[in-house]
Amino acid sequence: MKSKHFLKGLIHGIPIFLGYLSVSFGFGIMAVRSGLSAFEAVGMSLFNLTSAGQAAGVGIIAAGGSITEMILAQLTINIRYSLMSLSLSRKLDKSFTTPHRLAAAYGMTDEIFALASGQPGTVTPWYMYGMILISTIGWCLGTFLGAAAGSILPAEVSDALGIVLYGMFIAIVIPPSKKERGILAAVLIAAAMSTAIYFLLPFISGGFSVMICGVSVAAVCALLFPRSESTDGEDGGAA
Amino acid sequence: MNINVWLYIAVMAAVTYIIRMVPFTVFRRKIKSRFVNDMLYYIPYAVLSAMTIPAVFFSTGDLITAAVGTVAAVVLAYFGLPLIVVALSASAAAYLTGLLIPLTS
Repeated sequence: MKSKHFLKGLIHGIPIFLGYLSVSFGFGIMAVRSGLSAFEAVGMSLFNLTSAGQAAGVGIIAAGGSITEMILAQLTINIRYSLMSLSLSRKLDKSFTTPHRLAAAYGMTDEIFALASGQPGTVTPWYMYGMILISTIGWCLGTFLGAAAGSILPAEVSDALGIVLYGMFIAIVIPPSKKERGILAAVLIAAAMSTAIYFLLPFISGGFSVMICGVSVAAVCALLFPRSESTDGEDGGAA
Repeated sequence: MNINVWLYIAVMAAVTYIIRMVPFTVFRRKIKSRFVNDMLYYIPYAVLSAMTIPAVFFSTGDLITAAVGTVAAVVLAYFGLPLIVVALSASAAAYLTGLLIPLTS
């Protein structure tokens, strides 16, 4: 059972691996340009596993910012993970004991959360570990490649790879949007709100904007599109 | 090796891990409130959408290639193609558009 779930997680993680490889490649280039060594850049990727947080972190280190500033920036940008953790904790299998939760919490990224919450039924620890392992390898490998050899890819290719993760997000939200009006509403309102914040309130950081949109839009949709009892609970997610 | 950089990295990692771990580990009971359950159900879709729009349009460094890639992704996703196919097709569409743009201008 364990190895079957682990393998399934590894396979499901392949798009994340590819997406991370390209995104972290850019991060590696950026980190070295900001004065970090390749070793430090890979270390940051391994211990943080978060794109926006790391980009901000490198900026703060390069600018000689304080530890307090670092803490506040990470809190603001990454607080969305607490929402995802809370949401996904409802979908965990009974075999998810506290040690497993402590371990798997390390890998709560936007993409891993998206894939895991799109699974029918519950998710097991070994499924999560498979997905987290392959994703982390992609994230660290890409960081290393970017840091060590920033010019191995032509600019046109690395530019085009910048869209991979977003393509994956789109592939996750569209199919269930066709089936449920509530999800369609959540997707459309969140997109509109996020765009409005981006252009009208540019001082709100990307991570914070995602949090505001996520909570408020989900609350609105929960009010407007309550789900019937029969579909409530374990099924959560329809991707 | 710069100890100071590693201190920053350690602080970042600690803050980020705590954010992820606490809600994942502490909330063990099934939530009774239907409103909260519904809200948690909709959060992933709202979050993913907010992360994608408008950021996807700046993801390739060129608005036109990104827009073409986005449309490709939406169309393929609408027809239910697998994640990896949608993701890489978006990238391929953006790449090919990037090759065509200099020819048309």
